[in-house]
Amino acid sequence: MIGALGQLPDLLLVAPVLLPLATAALMLLLGEGRRRLKAVANVLSTAFGLAIAVSLLLGVAGREAPAAFGVYLPGNWPVPFGIVLVADRLSALMAVLTGCVGLASLLYALARWQHAGVYFHVLFQLQLMGLYGAFLTADLFNLFVFFEVLLAASYGLLLHGGGGQRVRAGLHYIAINLVASLLFLIGVAVLYGVTGTLNMADIAQKLPAVPTSDRGLLHAGAAILAIAFLAKAGLWPLNFWLTPAYAAASAPAAAVFAILTKVGVYAVLRLWTLCFPAGAGASAGFGGEVLVWGGLATLTFGAVGMLASQQLARLAGYSVIASSGTLIAAIGFDAPVLGGGALFYLASSTLAGCALFLLVELLERSRQVEVGPQQLDDGNGALPAFLDAEPPAGTNLDDNEEALIGRAIPASLAFLGVAFTVCALVTAGLPPLSGFVAKLAMLSALLEQRTPAAWTLFALLILSGLFAAIALMRVGMRHFWTAQDRPAPRLRVIETLPIAGLLVASLALVLYAEAGLAYTRAAADSLHAPQLYIDAVMGARPVVRSAGVAP
Amino acid sequence: MEVVISIAIGVMASAGVWLVLRPRTFQVLIGLTLLSYAVNLFIFSVGSLSVDREPIVRPGVAADLANYTDPLPQSLVLTAIVIGFATTALFLVVLLALRGLSGGDHVDGQEEQP
Repeated sequence: MIGALGQLPDLLLVAPVLLPLATAALMLLLGEGRRRLKAVANVLSTAFGLAIAVSLLLGVAGREAPAAFGVYLPGNWPVPFGIVLVADRLSALMAVLTGCVGLASLLYALARWQHAGVYFHVLFQLQLMGLYGAFLTADLFNLFVFFEVLLAASYGLLLHGGGGQRVRAGLHYIAINLVASLLFLIGVAVLYGVTGTLNMADIAQKLPAVPTSDRGLLHAGAAILAIAFLAKAGLWPLNFWLTPAYAAASAPAAAVFAILTKVGVYAVLRLWTLCFPAGAGASAGFGGEVLVWGGLATLTFGAVGMLASQQLARLAGYSVIASSGTLIAAIGFDAPVLGGGALFYLASSTLAGCALFLLVELLERSRQVEVGPQQLDDGNGALPAFLDAEPPAGTNLDDNEEALIGRAIPASLAFLGVAFTVCALVTAGLPPLSGFVAKLAMLSALLEQRTPAAWTLFALLILSGLFAAIALMRVGMRHFWTAQDRPAPRLRVIETLPIAGLLVASLALVLYAEAGLAYTRAAADSLHAPQLYIDAVMGARPVVRSAGVAP
Repeated sequence: MEVVISIAIGVMASAGVWLVLRPRTFQVLIGLTLLSYAVNLFIFSVGSLSVDREPIVRPGVAADLANYTDPLPQSLVLTAIVIGFATTALFLVVLLALRGLSGGDHVDGQEEQP
């Protein structure tokens, strides 16, 4: 994977976008039937995408500045004019997280949820394409396009399964995101009007030269753009849509959504560190205070919401909000050491959030055993609505899976208990798991800041951990201790696999915490030296074909 | 020309914002459409408005903004129109589904209790 010239091969950069697109197109051609073939294609493509993301990460890790950026010009246009794809440490980390979350949700969906609608596999691949594209692109308008791709797919995934609650939450979700997209467009247009370019690196390069008369317009445009990102990241008070939507979504869709809020966080982190670094003259650190205090308010809102929520799904939604708040507040301090801890927290909280959303449904199902076995297969999901919930007759799709279905794991309750405990430990940031390592890294970095905001974040990080621990402990007691003579829930092997995988990944983050933290610190360091990124992008040259070769 | 465009953007944006805040789903849909028209016009206007200047280079005329209009905002608007149209159509489908499921056109699926 490491080329002779020490550069990443170009194909590796564009493959994460092209692979899901090709798979989705292929699956559309297959029509409505052939679900088994589609499922196999989907799993293969998602696993291959994860492998590509991991090789990207290995490719950029442990390299010094010029080689740590993979730059690819898809249209072979000279740099400020064409679209650019860039993989640096942050992009590669986000791509790997996307792959992990995607593969886990997909495996979980194979058990049951893939049958609830016709186009699940297509929507899923398009969702992955949008996510990979948003993390890899270095062009502002291209970022908008990939945002729309991932949002359009997420509308479909949110509605997957149907039912009144989902449609109602989906209507709100779509309306909010359409307005946010319009704000995104306004921000992009203003930035283009001020700087005359859409390439992120070129914008960052031209910002110091913006005349004073245009600086107000520039700040207004950047603020409008930031509102669009922060609404997606779930910043208070722009996050009231999040909990109902995530609680209404089917389990695999909600698990994928665990990374959707991180897209907003990623966009803020990327553009803010690139455009308004400490050396940006009159615009240095523009909006940092808003990020810090907005993040703190979000963290408080999420922690209190976790305590207040009665349903486990809503609790998981509030934990996503709390992790978004932590990240945004930590980003706003503009300190590389803190940023390294925050990126480690991002990885840990995304994996734990995904596992928690998958566990929610299994736990709810285990509670409904006592209500009556006829509801066992329906869970809390209210499956049938739009389309026939049963697979059409004549497709022998489930021959292999029928064998899996109903194979009761003798220790299913034990699995649920252990998985829930591990999830709760990571979410609350208690030792010895990865959430603790991440919080410790952030807390020790905060001690060096010595500002009122830093002390507030310090206290809130510890308090929110306590709140999360109390809320999750209460849920655990209600689910595992209160009813003793309840029959053990029946889980399918394929449903437990992805949760176990996510938790093992979380454990691996602890075992290799040193390497992980070194990686995220290097990522944060390179984010806070934006000139490296600018040089890497602006230095890319189109491929010149030799005269003898036909174009 | 600038005045006309600004007034058009302002009227459509204000009408759109008012409609988006209404409790009826169809009004929200029309509001979103009006807002997207306003935004599209706005993008168009950042490329410095000009009359009778096409963005295609002619032989013998220097290729700068004095002789031509900026082609980039036009292509951006085109993309934005396509994407906005698709997502609005999706919103319309969800609107109809909610109407079928709840029997009303309130955005929350039920009327507010007085």
